[in-house]
Amino acid sequence: MAMQFYASPEQIMRDRSELARKGIARGRSAVVLSYTGGVLFVAENLSSALHKVGEIYDRIGFAAVGRYNEFENLRRAGVRMADLNGLSYDRRDVTGRALANAFAQTLGAIFTEQSKPFEVEICVAQVGVTAAEDELYRLTYDGSVNDEPGRMAMGGQAEAIAGVLKSNHRPDMSLGDAVKVAVQALGSVGGEGGAARTIAADQLEVAILDRGRAGRTFRRVTGAALTALLDDGEPVVESADTPAGSADSADTAEGSDS
Amino acid sequence: MAAAFDPSGRLPDLFTSAGTSSFSAFLSKAAPELLPGRRPLPPGMATDLTPHATTIVAIAAADGVVLAGDRRATMGNLIAKRDMEKVYPADAFSLVGMAGAAGIGIELLRLFRVELEHYEKIEGAMLSLDGKANRLAAMVRGNLGAAMQGLAVVPIFAGFDLAATDPAKAGRIFSFDVTGGPYEETGYDAVGSGSLFAKSALKKRFRFGLSVDDAVRLAVEALYDAADDDTATGGPDLTRRIYPVVMSATAEGTHRLTEAETAAIAGSVVAGRTENPGG
Repeated sequence: MAMQFYASPEQIMRDRSELARKGIARGRSAVVLSYTGGVLFVAENLSSALHKVGEIYDRIGFAAVGRYNEFENLRRAGVRMADLNGLSYDRRDVTGRALANAFAQTLGAIFTEQSKPFEVEICVAQVGVTAAEDELYRLTYDGSVNDEPGRMAMGGQAEAIAGVLKSNHRPDMSLGDAVKVAVQALGSVGGEGGAARTIAADQLEVAILDRGRAGRTFRRVTGAALTALLDDGEPVVESADTPAGSADSADTAEGSDS
Repeated sequence: MAAAFDPSGRLPDLFTSAGTSSFSAFLSKAAPELLPGRRPLPPGMATDLTPHATTIVAIAAADGVVLAGDRRATMGNLIAKRDMEKVYPADAFSLVGMAGAAGIGIELLRLFRVELEHYEKIEGAMLSLDGKANRLAAMVRGNLGAAMQGLAVVPIFAGFDLAATDPAKAGRIFSFDVTGGPYEETGYDAVGSGSLFAKSALKKRFRFGLSVDDAVRLAVEALYDAADDDTATGGPDLTRRIYPVVMSATAEGTHRLTEAETAAIAGSVVAGRTENPGG
């Protein structure tokens, strides 16, 4: 019988953390922030079909970085949990905190029990009546949860991006300003020799939770509406008004790094 | 329902499995007691257990579709409720209403609305209008056992078909029977106890290519005709200010007429009938 090598629990956890962190750092980043009209999600994403940002419930959105099949799996579970609770109780009884807890328990269990942890970092955002009541939860691969103060960055070089975000972001910004701050923060890393770079509109995935709207508040901002926001900051929310997902194709492709 | 979660608080495998995009299919595994058709009924007729919702009319217009319902629910010869709502937006571009056993009907429509929203969120794309009608048919079919014991629910589904090549044919109406269906209707349809009279009125007055405003007026007229001859259908109640629920679905999405708007239309219909009771 082959002799098993002994590995201490600390070593195992360290190895798993390292694997998850490396996986997350390889991918492109995403930022989530509060603005006057709601919560803004901006992710760098080359694909227009495999989303990093998604709707979970009326006032709850989801953003993730890392391995697509893994966070998509969690997003689906979140939608199922939210719809089940909303049907059993009432739509108002579905909260971002409960979802963040469920995701945290799931990620924590996978981290300790499975040989490979999920290489993902997740944001669960709930839009409130005012920007001060917005809730942003950061969930990491090991199941830890953080309540973020109105803005957060995830993915490779998240700390540098968060630094730029912190110095430029205010919760009373307009949508146009918020998008520009987010894109500037995402572009502040990854250029030649550490220089800033510009990110084209077709490489961005932008969505909002619209504070003023009743019912489902999640809207994607795409095409002309997004270009207009990036160019001059005019809030063109009207043309972003199509119901969630109506113009998108089904994301049925295989999971991959994104 | 909460029992579906294991003690660690972790989401169970059922939630994280690739599984299905259908919420009712998911529910049949995660919490089958929440599906209306999955509850065992004791033998015997149960007709008198729940109020009965009555008449809904649907009319296709040139640029959309209109669905309107009266507000009455009855139990035998009694009026159980005067201000019931039986017409809902099913999603951003479709409407649904129901007649029959009110308790089960409301639950069924609630589930149907979650079903459409769930698919849209999971897949990132809306179901086609025919896909939505087929899902509703399957849910009605699931209630067949209860229907045979007197708890039948018959919905009516109408929506704006985003995939329609001819804009004049984008407003589509589907009817159902207790075993499912669906049947696509041309022009107009009605369900419920007063549907016979509403359809007779529409047969004489309906024209293709109506504007949405004209279709709204026609729907309120048809409901008036139904209430005129069917005791279970409620007409506009001017003293209590209870008017029909009227909704439209067009390329811009669904829209519910405000109470002031329906009050004005109902008032003018009643004034017209005061002149000429036959319309």
